[in-house]
Amino acid sequence: MSWTPILEGVSEAARLILSADKTVIEITLRSLQTAGYATLMASLIGVPLSIGIATGEFPGRRALKFLFNAMVGVPTVTLGLFLFTLFSRSGPLGSMELLYTVQGMALGQADLILPILVSFTVSAIESKGHELKDLARTLGASEVETSLAVVREAYSGVSLALVSSFNRAFAELGIVTMLGANIRGVTRVLTTAIALETAKGELGLSFALSFILLAVVLALNYVIDVLRGATQ
Amino acid sequence: MFNLAGFKINRNVAVVAAVLIMVTAGGLYWNLTRPQEKESLIVSTTTSLYETGVLDSLKTRFEANNPEYNVSFISQGTGLAIETAKRGDADLILVHAPASELAFMESGFGVNRKIFAYNFFIVVGPESDPAGVRGLGPVEAMLKIREAGLAGNALWVSRGDNSGTHSKEKALWKMTGLNLDEIKLETAEGSEGTWYVEAGAGMTATLQLAHQKDAYTLTDVATYLKNYKNGNIQLVKVVDSGEETLNVYSAIVCNPENSPRGMFDATMKFVQFLVSDETQRMLETYGEEEFGATLFKPWVPELENPDSDIVKWVGEQAYFDGSECPTQYRHQAGNLYR
Repeated sequence: MSWTPILEGVSEAARLILSADKTVIEITLRSLQTAGYATLMASLIGVPLSIGIATGEFPGRRALKFLFNAMVGVPTVTLGLFLFTLFSRSGPLGSMELLYTVQGMALGQADLILPILVSFTVSAIESKGHELKDLARTLGASEVETSLAVVREAYSGVSLALVSSFNRAFAELGIVTMLGANIRGVTRVLTTAIALETAKGELGLSFALSFILLAVVLALNYVIDVLRGATQ
Repeated sequence: MFNLAGFKINRNVAVVAAVLIMVTAGGLYWNLTRPQEKESLIVSTTTSLYETGVLDSLKTRFEANNPEYNVSFISQGTGLAIETAKRGDADLILVHAPASELAFMESGFGVNRKIFAYNFFIVVGPESDPAGVRGLGPVEAMLKIREAGLAGNALWVSRGDNSGTHSKEKALWKMTGLNLDEIKLETAEGSEGTWYVEAGAGMTATLQLAHQKDAYTLTDVATYLKNYKNGNIQLVKVVDSGEETLNVYSAIVCNPENSPRGMFDATMKFVQFLVSDETQRMLETYGEEEFGATLFKPWVPELENPDSDIVKWVGEQAYFDGSECPTQYRHQAGNLYR
């Protein structure tokens, strides 16, 4: 085997980007959209939940923390298979028509990244939160104000959790394959397109799409990194 | 610098963030507001058929004539394609495994089966042909490959994934009179490994494996040509078309009585389109440009020569009770079987 497919991939990626290839833009936007929705949903649930777990005192707190830590290791294909049965027409949520839609894929990815988000966020808050919480309380802050203060102080860690979750969703294949089925123009995203081109033996094009995926991840992470740096 | 809920934010960063948010929101808006009124016809299909690209051409043609529909293809192995249809998540299946097709119709989930194309599997192997099988029929060739395998001179790679191609391979081993469960475990002389290698992977991955190991394998023509042309593999065709390697593609409509999707009429339109003169003519030449060879033979024109070999072979291998779709499995078929 030579290096040809990789070199082809580099030039093909450059060509696709420079010519603003419509299909590539479409699937890249769809990847961003799906992972974006997923991160949004996961953070709406995950961040308050993490504050609760990290700063609250209630029975089962440790068990819950353990559960989320363990669930980080769930294989995407297993989660995808489980949700496929749920979303399928003959499944319990069939009437919601989530199968083969971006919304369905995003919901699946949100389930995937929730444990990652919670695990990271909880440890970020725990490393900063306890003294701060006591301090805020002593100064007479309300529950909500205290929570806000904790998140603000752990901001760097929380944003890292959000970025990691987004990256995980963006680069994930198992769930989008099972729930989206890689339908052209409907549910095709970067990772499923890469898998398809690899299966077809179009290795150069697969590499090109992979480089585009990596470029998007790098660009996004750079911007977020600048943002984080600026707020510290 | 200014303050937002306690976060100190640099002005430049704020501009970057605002632009990012606007771009994302714009993308979402663009995606959500595109016309979605079209009814979606979901076709579950085998990977080997999808990856040739022929279905995307068919989609374009069908949608041009029927703008009210949007055809979506889900590319899966035959087994999963049938399972998806049974769960009510597809309107039509395009498959190539007659035994599974009959079972699908017997279970009440499929009606109106229609054969639309055929082609032949081939056996490929290393240029040096260590088993000396070039020009033989597939069954003789596979027997010789096993002999060479036992002697430590050749390897066979199997898909091992219950795909249509894998079903065909198993059927061919059955024709050799050997017991596949037993030969799978046979080790090659002077080695710990077996001469029969199970890949458990798709066709391209299996071809790559065969190429790396200088082994023989059974493949469909399209996937082979594509990988050969791309320089991924240097294997050559050693066994060509014949009765035993026949590969028949058919369409089966999901039974509207068991399917909640309510797309029966549209699905029948698509099946009629598949067997129309125009589509059949297009199938005959498809692939010349991209693969340098045609990939399919249209089935409908063959029916004009009922005494030909091919009609006899398809009748033997892919008909049930002397028909491509016995009457008990037909449902409002119109003139589909005229």
